Amino acid sequence: MYTQSLNVQEKQGEKPALQTISRENAELQRRFDARIDADGKIEPQDWMPEAYRKTLIRQISQHAHSEIVGMLPEGNWISRAPSLKRKAILIAKVQDEGGHGLYLYSAAETLGQGRDQMLADLHSGKAKYSSIFNYPTLTWADVGVVGWLVDGAAIMNQIPLCRCSYGPYARAMIRVCKEESFHQRQGYEALLVMMQGTAEQRAMVQDAVNRFWWKCLAMFGPPDANSQHSEQAMRWGIKRISNDDLRQKFVDATVPQARVLGVTLPDPDLKWNEERQHYDYGQIDWDEFWNTVNGHGPCNKERLATRVKAHNDGQWVREAALAYALKHQPQTHQAAA
Amino acid sequence: MSTTALKDWPLWEVFVRSKQGLEHKHCGSLHASDAQHALQMARDVYTRRQEGVSIWVLPSKSITASAPEDKDSLFEPAADKIYRHPTFYDIPEEVGHM
Amino acid sequence: MASYQDYLLHLADNALILGQRNAEWCGHGPILEEDLALANNSLDLIGQARMLYQHVAAVRKDGKTSEDLLAYFRDVPDFKNYTLLELPHSTAILPTARGDRDYAVTIARNFLYSGLMVQVWAALAASTDTHLAAIASKSLKESQYHLRHAHDWVLRLGDGTDESHRRIQAAFDYLMPFTQEFWTASDMEAAAVKTGAGVDVRVFRPEWEALVSDTLQAATLKVSSSTGFVTTGKHGVHSEHLGFVLAEMQSLARSHPEAVW
Repeated sequence: MYTQSLNVQEKQGEKPALQTISRENAELQRRFDARIDADGKIEPQDWMPEAYRKTLIRQISQHAHSEIVGMLPEGNWISRAPSLKRKAILIAKVQDEGGHGLYLYSAAETLGQGRDQMLADLHSGKAKYSSIFNYPTLTWADVGVVGWLVDGAAIMNQIPLCRCSYGPYARAMIRVCKEESFHQRQGYEALLVMMQGTAEQRAMVQDAVNRFWWKCLAMFGPPDANSQHSEQAMRWGIKRISNDDLRQKFVDATVPQARVLGVTLPDPDLKWNEERQHYDYGQIDWDEFWNTVNGHGPCNKERLATRVKAHNDGQWVREAALAYALKHQPQTHQAAA
Repeated sequence: MSTTALKDWPLWEVFVRSKQGLEHKHCGSLHASDAQHALQMARDVYTRRQEGVSIWVLPSKSITASAPEDKDSLFEPAADKIYRHPTFYDIPEEVGHM
Repeated sequence: MASYQDYLLHLADNALILGQRNAEWCGHGPILEEDLALANNSLDLIGQARMLYQHVAAVRKDGKTSEDLLAYFRDVPDFKNYTLLELPHSTAILPTARGDRDYAVTIARNFLYSGLMVQVWAALAASTDTHLAAIASKSLKESQYHLRHAHDWVLRLGDGTDESHRRIQAAFDYLMPFTQEFWTASDMEAAAVKTGAGVDVRVFRPEWEALVSDTLQAATLKVSSSTGFVTTGKHGVHSEHLGFVLAEMQSLARSHPEAVW
């Protein structure tokens, strides 16, 4: 099933004894574990347990899909941005998100998964993307709130991933994080200007916060007790910090930011706990979260249909480029095919 | 199947020298239909068109990787390609789809 | 009586309207890498528009004109962009064509416009208006990049598949007549040329026609004819499409006329 055993077969011209394979595997597993424990990096050519490889493909590709689908709720507002400066900033941000998707697809491809397969899984509904993008952006203030809270939450998640055990993913995340801080800052700054503006602008911001706050808290995923993948992911150096810990970090960082803005976070149970030295917060509606994750949120069908349409409508363009290349540079394609 | 076309665009590795005096560094990969296209895309994706940047693109398949010297390494014995990419390997017919 | 500002607004409006149209592809491009390329293109154009509007504000010196006042609070007859640039990305000849975007139309239009602008910016780099000259030098590099991108895609689509060939031929057949507007006379251009601040676009016609002819032939395309109705967007008399473009672009800003964003 793996290139490893195929190579051995080709070399020796006979089927190797089962015992030889499992002794080799055990040794490779030991070295792999040792490297993980020493906080080392696994690179594309290294041996890795199949489950590690599969988990990474799933996680990296879903991260990539999230970036791509995430272009849509904000992209909706490019044509209507209320100033040229905001229009330019928003195009740059959405372009960055596309670029991040590209870095991540590229990292996933090093694990042997082609982009075509990853897209097929997205378009068929088999692969998931971050559920926050299944909610609509109803006003211009939503764009600022997405930058402040959604990107803020993403950054919390992404910084630890820069130390992920898989080299290409860690390096992609470093590149992403460098660009991401601009995203959160521009969102927050846009909101700051609105909060210092007209009564209508202030109401617009508060309304956007009311609609997005709880959804952003849910972005970190279910409490660790209920999360099936967390433990193994931690063991492999893929996941570094627990869902609940990340969520707590986010709340603690965001409450003072909300205070500076002058918005109220819509949680009556939100209060500083002197003993814990953290903010206590209320109950997340996990039923609503799962409902959306499972395809029944406000925009799920629309987001997917939009991506499928873009892909299908673009088929003739991709085919044309390939046909042209085959006519004019056949040697490249023989090499790469 | 609508995803067929994309599978046929070759994968290219991108190397960028961001400043005079530095070497080219590997940044990642992208799909493009030919070398010019790959170069143009690499500029948009990996450099956001900064001035004075040098970009190399190579078909991924053309890169040969070194064999391991370190006995304690995790390297696969005969892997000389840089990725476990499905289109890089000739899978024997009897193995079927993988 | 045309003023120098009208000339600057013509250059600015061209950039803004095409930038607005190209940004429509964001998140919907035929492949992710092209999404990024078009976003870059759009950002460049909006950047050019901003610099030019800011220059108008500086020339006007009335303490209240700003880039946003010019972009968001002028009406259709005040806009001086070529009609070519306000068209939807479609050869479907419907007034409110909100149907499918055709990448061939996008590419063909970008090619025809940037093919002209590389010459315009190169000449304006020697403008007697030093501020405009600086804007032109920066914009030239961008337009050269846009031209190379569009040119390469014209070749790929023209000499690609039967379907791509048909679409890009149809796109050029539809768009070429709109380029007649490039060569028509206007008071604002004449006045700007007199002071040495502006350029007479008509001198660029032979080289532009050669570029178009050479490229289309290399792409195995027939060079479409530029006959029929001559559009007048730069005089403020537009197609029905600009109204819809501005309605979408300006609606939020106009709902909050006193707001700062």
